[in-house]
Amino acid sequence: MAGGVAGGLAARFGIDANLIRFAFVLVAIGAGTGLAAYVVAWLIIPAEGTSTSIGRRALGDRRTVALALAFITALGSVLVVLAAIGLSFAVNLIWPVSIAVGGLVVVWRDADVEERTHLSELMGRAPLIGSGGSHTRRATIVRVVVGVVLVASGLGTLVASAHPTLATARAVIAANVVIVGFLVVFGPWWLRLARDLAVERRERVRSEERANMAATVHDSVLQTLALIQRAAGDQGEVTRLARAQERELRAWLFEGRPPGSFHDADVATVSQAVAVIVRDVEASHRVAVESVNVGDCELNGELRALLAAGREATVNAATWSGAPVVSIFVEVEPAQVSVFVRDRGQGFAPGAVARDRRGIAESIRARMTRHGGSAVIRSAPGQGTEVELVMPRTGAVRERQ
Amino acid sequence: MNDSRSPGAGPERKVRVFLVDDHHLFLSGVRAELGDAVEVVGDADEVGAAIEIIGERVPDVVLVDVHMPDGGGQAVIEAIGRTHPEVRFLALSVSDAAEDVIGVIRAGARGYVTKTISGPELTDAVQRVADGDAVFSPRLAGFVLDAFASDPGAAGGAVPSFDPELDQLTPREREVLRLIARGYAYKEVARQLSISIKTVESHVSAVLRKLQLSSRHQLTRWASERRLL
Repeated sequence: MAGGVAGGLAARFGIDANLIRFAFVLVAIGAGTGLAAYVVAWLIIPAEGTSTSIGRRALGDRRTVALALAFITALGSVLVVLAAIGLSFAVNLIWPVSIAVGGLVVVWRDADVEERTHLSELMGRAPLIGSGGSHTRRATIVRVVVGVVLVASGLGTLVASAHPTLATARAVIAANVVIVGFLVVFGPWWLRLARDLAVERRERVRSEERANMAATVHDSVLQTLALIQRAAGDQGEVTRLARAQERELRAWLFEGRPPGSFHDADVATVSQAVAVIVRDVEASHRVAVESVNVGDCELNGELRALLAAGREATVNAATWSGAPVVSIFVEVEPAQVSVFVRDRGQGFAPGAVARDRRGIAESIRARMTRHGGSAVIRSAPGQGTEVELVMPRTGAVRERQ
Repeated sequence: MNDSRSPGAGPERKVRVFLVDDHHLFLSGVRAELGDAVEVVGDADEVGAAIEIIGERVPDVVLVDVHMPDGGGQAVIEAIGRTHPEVRFLALSVSDAAEDVIGVIRAGARGYVTKTISGPELTDAVQRVADGDAVFSPRLAGFVLDAFASDPGAAGGAVPSFDPELDQLTPREREVLRLIARGYAYKEVARQLSISIKTVESHVSAVLRKLQLSSRHQLTRWASERRLL
């Protein structure tokens, strides 16, 4: 349906996903408890290929909890009001719907990027909420004012006409008082949360962009500048490096081809990507790169990131270690792919790397963590360096042989 | 194949080495690199002459190039293996092609190194082969790991294993090979796994035996797949 819960449960218990979907729909009609159950399941069942559920991630995020509470109180208020008017079905809905909505908020906040895109598509299709995104604040105010006027005039006519249903009207007035009460109590808090949320989302997008940009610039421009410094005496080499870098940078800025990526159509498998690393590093650095591959599989997003980090480790070894040979060992196993990059060069003390040297921090470690993998770097002065990169394989990848 | 008798390469006697390669430049290069550490008893630049002279001089170790006309190193190894099983072979090649490597190993070579190997490393490898141990380059270790992949299920159905003793690697052998494939020298492997160098050598020799004797279906299929690539 939306969160893939039915599919997940089906995979877990070996039942047809459609049966489970059908069951959910049935329960959903029954007073909305099914909806709540669905969302709760969404929260606590980890998505295929990830180990932590959304719910677990959310617990570590105070703002999400606050936001979910805000939505629950808001919705609870509305339903209490409806109940006060005398719509008794609302009472039954309070708990399930509140839980469902609170849960959805958490899902929205802590789902990973892919799930979030999926959600916003769903939202766009839902006619009631869908238009929400494009409204300006002014439009909201206008809408609220119009709504209030309409409600007030409606009430006015009811009261003025002294209709027999005045008893009902009394209840409506009481309900309004409750609404106002809720608004006075929670209103400012709701508003502040909403505003913070927008600011924070912008910030997050911005910092992610910055991290990606920094990693890319480091991999290409800063590496080349380092090479140029080392080859300062060799004019031909400097020119060659500069021209190659210029071409690469232009391709990135104007044609959108990120440097050092494996986006070429002819690089589809791990072993092909390793061959590209060997070729590129041997071409741009004066070292031999010896690669050993065990197994092979198709590349996906995570594995591309793994190999980009592997390339970076190889380039680092070729640039800084002083060793004539760098070895890469890549092993594809059913559950994970590991890359080992080893040199017998001068090594370094991992604690003593300057903060503005972003190679290890950004291009290797952060890149691996962003994509769910891990990086271990073993080095000591005089003893060479070994970089160990491990990326778990997601179910989407098929064995090639 | 070979018995485990030591050729008596004690400190009182240098290892007697014979070189077979059709590139003269390479022959003299290897001679210079081996230096005084071993006694080079002769060389040959073609298969027929090599078989003849090796039969006469019976060296301890033959360094043999994989690629030569008339059958290459494999032909030399097979011919001498029939008449002088005590002679040990170390294959040398610029080629890293899987079928070459596996071919010479299955013919009876006790090790395989690439021609980019440094002088001291080559001397060490020769000594090791003379002592009856196996010499695995990182590339060869990778090949073996690949060919003896542990998940026959993923390769499309169960693979009939005729002799589990020979057709599978033990977890420890796998660990040792993995470290060698990562570029670790034997003594680094020993330190990493907290075992003695002798133990590392015996693991590697066991793997070599499996590689030579296993009738594992996967090994042949793996090699033929690589040949097509």
